[in-house]
Amino acid sequence: MEKTLTLPRRRGRALRAAFPVTIPVLTGFLCLGMAYGVLMQTKGYGPLWSVPASMLIFGGSIQFVAITLLTAAFDPLQAFLLSVLVNARHMFYGLSLLEKYRGIGRMRPFLIFALCDETYSLVSSVEVPEGVEPRRFYFWISLLDYSYWVIGTALGGFLGSLLTFDTTGLDFVLTALFVVLFLEQWKKRENRAAGFAGVACAAAGLALAGPDNMVLAAMALILAALLGLRRRLDRREGETV
Amino acid sequence: MTLTPLQTLAIIAAVAAGTQLTRWLPFCLFPENRQPPAVVLYLGRVLPPAMMGLLVVYCLKDVAWTAAPHGLPELLAIAAVALVHVWKGNVLLSIAGGTVLYMVLVQAVFA
Repeated sequence: MEKTLTLPRRRGRALRAAFPVTIPVLTGFLCLGMAYGVLMQTKGYGPLWSVPASMLIFGGSIQFVAITLLTAAFDPLQAFLLSVLVNARHMFYGLSLLEKYRGIGRMRPFLIFALCDETYSLVSSVEVPEGVEPRRFYFWISLLDYSYWVIGTALGGFLGSLLTFDTTGLDFVLTALFVVLFLEQWKKRENRAAGFAGVACAAAGLALAGPDNMVLAAMALILAALLGLRRRLDRREGETV
Repeated sequence: MTLTPLQTLAIIAAVAAGTQLTRWLPFCLFPENRQPPAVVLYLGRVLPPAMMGLLVVYCLKDVAWTAAPHGLPELLAIAAVALVHVWKGNVLLSIAGGTVLYMVLVQAVFA
């Protein structure tokens, strides 16, 4: 309590600076978090399941994918490996935040714990306003984004039980999300070969290994394809720069 | 619920552990000014679009292409998502529009 004489002011300034830049994430996470809460509800998992799942995992796409894991045969090893593969991109977010997240003290574990696509995008591209401590700015962005997702999940979980309309087909929100993210990647010309390789290898993996085992097969094919294309793709990048 | 509560907990814990591993690994591997190998940087750049492609296909893995309606609701809704997205460029609008169309298609049109 003694600290509250000086700290709230600085904390408040960082929070006021961070909140506006997170508003798009607020909209998206409330919407998708609710969809997740509702979807879990329709599969028989109420908010007592979905909210802790969102707090522990905090990963949009993998949580939706995990719903299919919860409704399939029990296979925790596949769940673990799939999570590592689906979230492999986090590793590269981390690589580019090594500098920004160095020496920021006790907030650091939470920032790493809650690192997601949206938080990464904001932290790496929004300039810290003058007079605001960077670590507090990063902290609030991370905490706000995290809480939007958890709150959205809770809303979906609790209100989902009151929903009376037919939710058949709501699962498609996930497919739509990935289609949109794929298109966002596709906008950049240098991403197109890799994006095409992803679709082709996944389709091949599905054909070869069947619906239940497609992911690992697809990942192996994608890794082989991307390593095989390295000479070309790396050069192409060099040419455009 | 097809799993027991304990199995559900195990799945959630496995997903949380796998996700956390991907978040912590770089910070554990490169604690100082160590430059990651070039191949890692290359994969970091090209994996995201490939993974998004994989995820789109993954979502369609259980579609019965040989039986009616031959994946038509999925294909139409994906086309709608793409069209709205190219037209308006609004992530939420594209997702909401495609999802609503899909729900109408599977609930009313192809039901």
